Amino acid sequence: MITFKGVHKWFKDLHVLNDINQHVTPGEVLVVCGPSGSGKSTLIRTINQLEPINEGSLIVDGMDLSDKKTNINKLRAEVGFVFQQFNLYPHLSVISNITLAPTKIRNVSKKDAEEQAMVLLNRVGLSEKRDAYPSQLSGGQQQRVAIARALAMKPRIMLFDEPTSALDPEMIGEVLAVMKDLALSGMTMVVVTHEMGFAREVAHRVAFMADGIVLEEAPPEDFFLRPQHERAKQFLRQLLTPMQSGCP
Amino acid sequence: MLNYTFDWSIITSGKYFDWLVSGLITTLKLSTVSIVLAFLLGLLIAVMRMAHSKPVRWFAHAYLEFFRNTPLLVQIFFWYFGSYKILPTVINDWLNKTGFEFAAAAIALTIYTSAFIAEDIRSGVLSIPKEQMEAARSAGFSYLRSMQYIILPQAIRITIPPLVNQFLNLAKNSSLAMTIGVMEMTYQARQVESYTFKGFEAFTAATAVYLVLSIIITAAVNTYNEKVLNVHKAA
Repeated sequence: MITFKGVHKWFKDLHVLNDINQHVTPGEVLVVCGPSGSGKSTLIRTINQLEPINEGSLIVDGMDLSDKKTNINKLRAEVGFVFQQFNLYPHLSVISNITLAPTKIRNVSKKDAEEQAMVLLNRVGLSEKRDAYPSQLSGGQQQRVAIARALAMKPRIMLFDEPTSALDPEMIGEVLAVMKDLALSGMTMVVVTHEMGFAREVAHRVAFMADGIVLEEAPPEDFFLRPQHERAKQFLRQLLTPMQSGCP
Repeated sequence: MLNYTFDWSIITSGKYFDWLVSGLITTLKLSTVSIVLAFLLGLLIAVMRMAHSKPVRWFAHAYLEFFRNTPLLVQIFFWYFGSYKILPTVINDWLNKTGFEFAAAAIALTIYTSAFIAEDIRSGVLSIPKEQMEAARSAGFSYLRSMQYIILPQAIRITIPPLVNQFLNLAKNSSLAMTIGVMEMTYQARQVESYTFKGFEAFTAATAVYLVLSIIITAAVNTYNEKVLNVHKAA
């Protein structure tokens, strides 16, 4: 479904992605974690070409991203993307946020798009908010609408870039529940997150990144119980006991 | 001590009333034509200012600086006294027949105001967070479609209050057209004063007309904001 082969990317002199080789199979849930600045957000943003790659090959859903002839808008319509800051369209109501892309890109009729949107709003538990505006919703509600908006395009892949990092703690659960439900339905997902509970429970595989390199990848039970690399061990210590591991 | 007799009947009926009404109509025509053209030209210049091509950006920038930083009265005189010397006779003849004063005033007001409008629209677009463009692009919208459905609708909402200011300025600035003989509101009030020496009444009428005109423009745009764009909800 998604295949990275020898992918490199630089921001000027900074080598943000260094020889990435990854293969995500259909229905697989890959969690990417690592300290900030490790390149994990850049990695996930290359998959729908919000960040172009400089070297190597990246094939997503049969489309080669290094080929200039690939229709990037067509690819993006097949790949749902959920942002850390939700990025709902503030000038549109919840229902219009969800129906905009299906009606304008897929030429779905307004009536069908709205029916479909209501199904999705039900699924994320927000059907009563159909006419609200994003500014009237909590962060957790906005993120659930953002997930519904991405799903409205019937994507074959869903990408999540730190979907809960901007949320108050009491709202993280509701978003993770929607994501778990989605994973169980067989969606192919790549998730950048620090929510280790989610990774342990939902991921098929965890990739740990630091300095643009995937240092370790393993099924979650192995990664959490028997991390191999020193950086991974340190990272997990800091996540689990941030107070003690702060000082050397 | 007051030895001035007010005579409001002069401006509420008869010949002088007709003069004032014809002045009002000319002011309305001049303002409306110039507001519409200035908005369209401003939009074009704003887009050129954000274009990828450097010469296009440079041209738009030069245009802005030139017309924003010179007095409107000089620009009006330029179009009226200066431009006909370089225009072909055919065009001059046609303009003379159709009212060269009006055309020169409309051109000057349009170009002058478009420079301010362009900057307002551009800053509106720039104030939309870049994540909005990312969200639109990642949904599969092309650059132009993203502008059309997501960026410009938000930018225009933000730009409306400064645009209203520009529209009001234009309507008030249209009074300068009297200097080249456009028979608009201020020109006619001045005429009434010359013929009757009733300057207080004549210019009170002109003041009231400009005030009402400004209030109508403001109210119309505010209503559009509230009812059509739902600005209060989509903060």
